[in-house]
Amino acid sequence: MKTQLSRRSFLRVSVLAGASLGAGQTGLRAAGWAESAKLPALGEFGLEGSLPSLKGKVVYLDFWASWCSPCKASFPILQKWQQELAGKGFTVLAISVDEKAADMQDFLKKTAVNFPVVRDAAQKLVAAASIKTMPTSFLIDRQGSIRHVHQGFRRQDEKPLFDQITALLGSA
Amino acid sequence: MNPFRLLLLLSLAGLQVACTTVQPWQRGHLADYTMRPDRDPLTGSIAEHVWFTREAFAGGKGIGGGGCGCN
Repeated sequence: MKTQLSRRSFLRVSVLAGASLGAGQTGLRAAGWAESAKLPALGEFGLEGSLPSLKGKVVYLDFWASWCSPCKASFPILQKWQQELAGKGFTVLAISVDEKAADMQDFLKKTAVNFPVVRDAAQKLVAAASIKTMPTSFLIDRQGSIRHVHQGFRRQDEKPLFDQITALLGSA
Repeated sequence: MNPFRLLLLLSLAGLQVACTTVQPWQRGHLADYTMRPDRDPLTGSIAEHVWFTREAFAGGKGIGGGGCGCN
């Protein structure tokens, strides 16, 4: 009897320990931003830098970092889109997840851009977006709904993304 | 409680503390230049030499030998 009781207690505690281990491993990750969801109010996440007004604009929201090569490679293309389409109600919003502001600034000194760049210093916004890779970008329509989620950035992604942006700009 | 079971339980509890997931946006430190094992050819060459002279008994770096530290 004594042996059975201690075995039962052992099993209970083992299951609890295993469940805790599983929860710890997954980190109880946030659900993330999905297509057709509304973009949350960015002002509530303590972003460093000047956040522009996004109302009524098509937004290419890009999570990037100075240590991420594809992120850096995408900047000239984002700059080209900004220059070409800003007049039609489009903007790029680049959100850096660099832990050190100096790293972001060093990169921006070498690659001057004129689209808004802010830093998610506490990494709260990127955690809420729960991205799976770097970079990840979200294409948002004029009503503030997420229409496309794009993971990574390769040269061949330029044209399809541009087509998606112009399609959203064309629709009212 | 059986000491073996107690040890097993404590190990499980300890694993929970040790395991963590590095999120994609937290990989800045891993991408740092100092984290690259091939950052310095001379140091890499020295490290490889030490490795195969010490680990040869386990087949380290594919070189046979007795792991005697022979140069």
